[in-house]
Amino acid sequence: MQESLSKASPLSDPSRWAMRWSNFQRRYAPYIFISPFFILFLIFGLYPTLFSLYMSFQSWTPSDGWGRWKFVGLENYTFTLTDPMFWRSMWNTVWLGVFSGLPQHLIAIPLAFVIHMVLSRFKTFVTAVYFLPYITSSVAIALIFNTLFATHNGVINLVIAHLNTWPLLGALLPDQNINWFTSANIKYALAVVVVWQFTGWNTLLYLSAIQAIPKDLYEAAAVDGASRWQQFRYITLPLLRPMMFFAVSLTIIGNMQLFEQPFVLLNGGASTATPGGQTATMYMYRTAFEWLEMGTAASIAWILFVFIGILTYLNHLVFGRAARGGE
Amino acid sequence: MNRKNSLGALLVRLGGYALLVLGGVLTVAPFYFIFVFATHQRSEIFGFPPPLWFGEHFWSNYQILLEKIPFWRAYWNNLYLAIMVTVTSLFFSSLAGFGFAMYEFRWRERLFGVVLATLLVPAILNLIPFYLLIYQIGWINTPKALWVPGMASAVGIFMMRQYIVSAIPKELVDAARIDGCSEFQIYRRIVLPLIRPALGTLGLITFIGSWNRFADVNVIMRTQETKTLPVVLRTLQGATDVEWGAIMTGTALLVAPLLLVFALAARQLMEGLTSGAVKN
Repeated sequence: MQESLSKASPLSDPSRWAMRWSNFQRRYAPYIFISPFFILFLIFGLYPTLFSLYMSFQSWTPSDGWGRWKFVGLENYTFTLTDPMFWRSMWNTVWLGVFSGLPQHLIAIPLAFVIHMVLSRFKTFVTAVYFLPYITSSVAIALIFNTLFATHNGVINLVIAHLNTWPLLGALLPDQNINWFTSANIKYALAVVVVWQFTGWNTLLYLSAIQAIPKDLYEAAAVDGASRWQQFRYITLPLLRPMMFFAVSLTIIGNMQLFEQPFVLLNGGASTATPGGQTATMYMYRTAFEWLEMGTAASIAWILFVFIGILTYLNHLVFGRAARGGE
Repeated sequence: MNRKNSLGALLVRLGGYALLVLGGVLTVAPFYFIFVFATHQRSEIFGFPPPLWFGEHFWSNYQILLEKIPFWRAYWNNLYLAIMVTVTSLFFSSLAGFGFAMYEFRWRERLFGVVLATLLVPAILNLIPFYLLIYQIGWINTPKALWVPGMASAVGIFMMRQYIVSAIPKELVDAARIDGCSEFQIYRRIVLPLIRPALGTLGLITFIGSWNRFADVNVIMRTQETKTLPVVLRTLQGATDVEWGAIMTGTALLVAPLLLVFALAARQLMEGLTSGAVKN
């Protein structure tokens, strides 16, 4: 649309009007160019967020009809904060956050280092293989793991049964089929799925940071007689801290919102039988769309939001200073 | 000394290879099983031993899939959504990225800060208010409810701005202006052709992300005709007698285009993602 307006401004027509038009355009064009994002953000981002804050102080269910809200003050918040099911799901979320988050980084950092040190020609190929789970639909992933974790003749149970016959290792493993879909076990299955899905993403992040470390540092260290391990410990790890801050932040934000994997693995969140696998966002989803308590669901969202904010801030305290120092 | 060192280095190298291969096998195995299971019946998938090689039931699984769900309709919905989101967000994000990269204007830094800040808002927490808004404006069961809000993305604007700042000299833009280009023409004729690599990376990310969407589609699309493939496949799982063979066939067909696109564009995607991350 801009284009049709502006064909009247070649310099060969040096009228004052054309000059003015061109200045006008230059001045206001950037605002027009960036405005779609802000318009969309106001309508579909900011407005719903503020509206949910408002909703969290109201009682409303879709059958009441639009606009029939009832102000209930802090009732939604007090209900949520005293609801044992909410705390159970928060506990599950935090447990999963730790046990599916930590391994991702503990594997990804050495993995990125090994890829960087050992590979040259196939580096991109190998990284791409590890990255594959990240680009795949969480639903597809949950569906295949649903069959792999089957109690009878599931591939994972059969592998465990096979490893069980090995010396040493076998003693550590249970010798019966594990029912992964019980309330107590589903957490472990979920952690495996999440670690599998996101380790490659973190490997890519760390690899990109490792590649940015100047080679001279390693060469100088090698001349001084530093071993591979010492190079990793005293050069790579400290210089990775800014990336750790970034990657761990993303993991925190992502893990506190796990939804699709548990939702599908638990067959639509049949979580009355398996409360051990219900995450906080699943609980929020059920409150809204099964029990149709929209106001209460909004209060859950805001409590979670504050919680994620606090965790991100704590992460900033741990890694943040180093992150800025490393810039 | 040299000899011992090189032997040690060789061992480290071999150990490294072994670890990488083991990890790679573990990473690829679930994909392999998706495609193997897609060719077996339910009784075979959960039989002993479970199938490790391809079977003969792909077509019968496919027939079951067509009977139980509007498979190709859902496939088309997926494709339509992904194309609309990708095309519109490439256009508006690159336009905004150009605006932030190449112009001096009041509030520029602060507005860009707002763009970045929106990235910090956890997406799924917006699910309920977003649903209520869509309900309010009567867009439930309409695909535009899913692609209109994503027409300009904060990630896209960020990526585009970074790329334009580093790849396009301001003098080029000034020269075009002197030659009589309008501001939009500068974007279309100068900037757009030069940022094709970045557009490719962003397009891939956007397409993949949209192809895999589940939570919001699940909430907004209530009728079988409007649901996308991941959502429809999930409803199959809820049935009383679950046809796992058919579900895996559907999953394989859901994953296959992604794997194909990824195989063709992995190098560009990997490089695009890492270069963006480093400059961060």
